[in-house]
Amino acid sequence: MINKMAKNIKRPIFMDLLRIRMPVVAVLSFAHRVTGVMLCLLIPLLIYLLDLSLRDAQGYAEALTILASPPVKFMAVILLWGFSHHLLAGIRFLLIDADIGVERDSARRSAWIINIGGLIVPIIALVVLL
Amino acid sequence: MIWRASGFRAWLLQRLSAVYMALFISMFVLHLVLDAPSSYQEWRDWMALPFIAVTTSLFFAALLIHAWVGLRDVIMDYVHPLGVRFVLLALVAAGLLAMGLWVLRILMMGGAA
Repeated sequence: MINKMAKNIKRPIFMDLLRIRMPVVAVLSFAHRVTGVMLCLLIPLLIYLLDLSLRDAQGYAEALTILASPPVKFMAVILLWGFSHHLLAGIRFLLIDADIGVERDSARRSAWIINIGGLIVPIIALVVLL
Repeated sequence: MIWRASGFRAWLLQRLSAVYMALFISMFVLHLVLDAPSSYQEWRDWMALPFIAVTTSLFFAALLIHAWVGLRDVIMDYVHPLGVRFVLLALVAAGLLAMGLWVLRILMMGGAA
């Protein structure tokens, strides 16, 4: 037992990023974090738009103009990817907490579906917008 | 105790806030699709409805708690020097707290008007 632990202490600490295996489940998990941080940056913008839109009729019109401007629309498409992925992966984590889809094969399958599905939602939105 | 030290409270808060936000966002988007406000007056009146004002306040509370737990996890995993970690956590906490007060002011003013 102690020998085993001593061996584990020698685990690689400087890992070669190009040689680390990134299974689909790890990609999902990492993307969940990246999209989470991304969505956090959106919070002040969201509150600003809420503030502006509720201030008066002029502010309301201004908020709508901002939302309709091309750069904001472009940003919204990327954020929609972040939101879809974060929501779908979050639901997947909740289901796994409830012991649904824990098995290796089904966990991998759902991770594939979500990584790709999260991309399809903004693509659909883009098609609708254009 | 388990409750204080193991991260169980953070784990639970993260999930409760997630479920609440998913429900609220579904309701909100459904409203925008079915019955989008066509003027400032309509939008303000809708936001001032007691049910909407309360559920929206709860949404922002859930959002800020969810952001805090998530950002705290990320910072603690990737930022190891204790000083830098502490400063970052303090900045995030101050920022989220400020946003909470900002939203509170917006929604209170909407209710009073």
